Amino acid sequence: MNDVAQPMIEVIDAHKRFGALEVLKGIDLSVARGQIVAIIGPSGSGKSTLLRAINHLEPLDSGEVRLDGVLVNAPLSGNAFERHINAIRQRMGMVFQHFNLFPHLTVMQNVTMAPRLLQKLSAEQARARARALLEKVGLADKADAYPARLSGGQKQRVAIARALAMEPKVMLFDEATSALDPELVDEVNLVMKQLAEEHMTMLIVTHEMRFAADVADRVLFMDGGVVVEEGPPEVIFSNPEKERTRTFLRKYL
Amino acid sequence: MDFDLMLRVTPFFVAAAWVTVQISALSLALGLAMGAIGAALRLARSRLLRVLGTAYVSIFRGTPCLIQLFVLYFGGPQVGINLDPFAAGVIGLGLNIGAYMTESIRGALVAVERGQTEAARSLGLSRFQALREVVLPQAARLMIRPLGVNSVALIKGSALVSTISVVELTYTAQRYIGSTYKPFEMFAIAAVLYMIIVYGAARAVAWLDARYAIE
Amino acid sequence: MGLDFSVVPEYAHFLWLGVVWTSIVTVAAAVLAFFAGILFALVVLYAPRLVAYPVRLFMWLFMGTPLLLQLFLIYFGLGQIGIDVPALLAGIIGLGLHFAVYNADVVRAGIVAVDGGQNEAARSLGLSRLQSFTHVIVPQAVRNVTPPLGNNLIALLKDSALVSVLGVTELVHGAQLAISETYRPFEFYIVAAVLYYALNLILEAGLRLVERKVEATR
Repeated sequence: MNDVAQPMIEVIDAHKRFGALEVLKGIDLSVARGQIVAIIGPSGSGKSTLLRAINHLEPLDSGEVRLDGVLVNAPLSGNAFERHINAIRQRMGMVFQHFNLFPHLTVMQNVTMAPRLLQKLSAEQARARARALLEKVGLADKADAYPARLSGGQKQRVAIARALAMEPKVMLFDEATSALDPELVDEVNLVMKQLAEEHMTMLIVTHEMRFAADVADRVLFMDGGVVVEEGPPEVIFSNPEKERTRTFLRKYL
Repeated sequence: MDFDLMLRVTPFFVAAAWVTVQISALSLALGLAMGAIGAALRLARSRLLRVLGTAYVSIFRGTPCLIQLFVLYFGGPQVGINLDPFAAGVIGLGLNIGAYMTESIRGALVAVERGQTEAARSLGLSRFQALREVVLPQAARLMIRPLGVNSVALIKGSALVSTISVVELTYTAQRYIGSTYKPFEMFAIAAVLYMIIVYGAARAVAWLDARYAIE
Repeated sequence: MGLDFSVVPEYAHFLWLGVVWTSIVTVAAAVLAFFAGILFALVVLYAPRLVAYPVRLFMWLFMGTPLLLQLFLIYFGLGQIGIDVPALLAGIIGLGLHFAVYNADVVRAGIVAVDGGQNEAARSLGLSRLQSFTHVIVPQAVRNVTPPLGNNLIALLKDSALVSVLGVTELVHGAQLAISETYRPFEFYIVAAVLYYALNLILEAGLRLVERKVEATR
């Protein structure tokens, strides 16, 4: 079970529909430990849904999601499932397009809340960990500020620190820079790149093709609920196989 | 549930419901007029008038409507005001709801941007013309929703006039509870009728809203 | 007949007693309205349909009918099913339930208004539904609901005058006792109005303090 070759994230034949619309039409995905995978594609392709299915914010209609071998969407019921999914989510970190920082808490409190509540860290331990992370994302001086006072880029960096504070095995980024003004995108990308260099397993849904090319080990192109093509960034971005991929990229590059 | 009894008394309740409708409609009209006056006072240039307006709103919103009705009906004769219960009810409710309407109207007037007035004036319209042609039409539309809320409050508030012997819906319910000892049945009839009246008012407001409200 | 306010001080004790009882009625009803309101809101939002439906029906009923009518229902209705409550208790229950329903609407809206992304962020960190609710949703909902709940409390104070119709000895009734001995309704009702106004001012000042404390973390 702790085989080195075991993928960190596995998605097997994922299906999801919203009402009449089928959004995931049988997706398979495997992400190895320490790998950086970028998922690109037009709006409505299902890429966000796929990402959110991995931490079960969107339950799949059928198929499997596994984190380090453990079945995420286990067929447990009621309270048993609740306990199971909460435990799993502690091992994953998610960063949202609209940050979703807790406005009633300071930056420091945002970062320390989950470790204190769930990992039972003492106030001091949690603060020490938080301070280190805030330093890492370059916001140590904002520890006592409230989110309302921060710029978009700063908020997103705090959000990353908050997710990292739980020491997750994998980080999921759902269009982390799409809601940011252009001049604020770089500061967030820098933090993400640093994480990549530290060999964090990362799944990045993004529109930032240049960033994906720079950071990702593999790129997945999704369209209409299926994975159209996947491969290393050099191949996908410069010389894609499929016509659909070409058409999509032409709009962006 | 004694349905037989309910069927027998329903005509009396319906007649009383009509009284409720009349009182509500009349006091609404008075309330609108008072609201317009109150808003004008509160937005006046003269400090004295503004204070008068604020006092009106403060007093009538800061004290129970019941007391206001009692002062008018029971206390009125001492200062030369002799009203029959119906009139006292209408005037009392009207003055009370007028204070709330003042704030709604004032709010709507203020919400119409200054830029509108400035544009009108810069075209050469007088203050009065700008008010009439540009500000009021827009303010009127902003008022529709608060008007609806106030109307519903008024219909329910009209129950208070039962305490000064106006034979409306609540008075009738109380009377029949006393004589039949069937509070649930009498409540049910009165409740249904109140809801019908409120529904009617809500539909009227919705119609106004659909026709005139600003997108 | 003319006015003569000089008689008021002699009968002031009726009024002071009335003020005390009005305050008691208001506080008791407010406490009931607060907790019942939260309970109703939680039921409507989270309970299974079987439980939520009757509560919704009750709320619809109590929001669409006059308070005075509801007071009669509770006072005489309880007597009808064999529970003889004193007017005071019926008044408090009626007043409390009436405003509980309005409070429930406010609380429900306040919870729903908290952005869905907040819950998602909390859950994605691994917090349970209860933890997310307690630590993330509720603090933000409190901020949403405090002003409207305050307004409802002010309305409750004024509407407490209605329980006098059931015979409860609060301020309006106190004024009526004085009037029955002096035959001067204008003077005593005006003084009662002034006392209500003063109580209102005190309440509003208190609410402002509370609002400031709730807003403090911004």
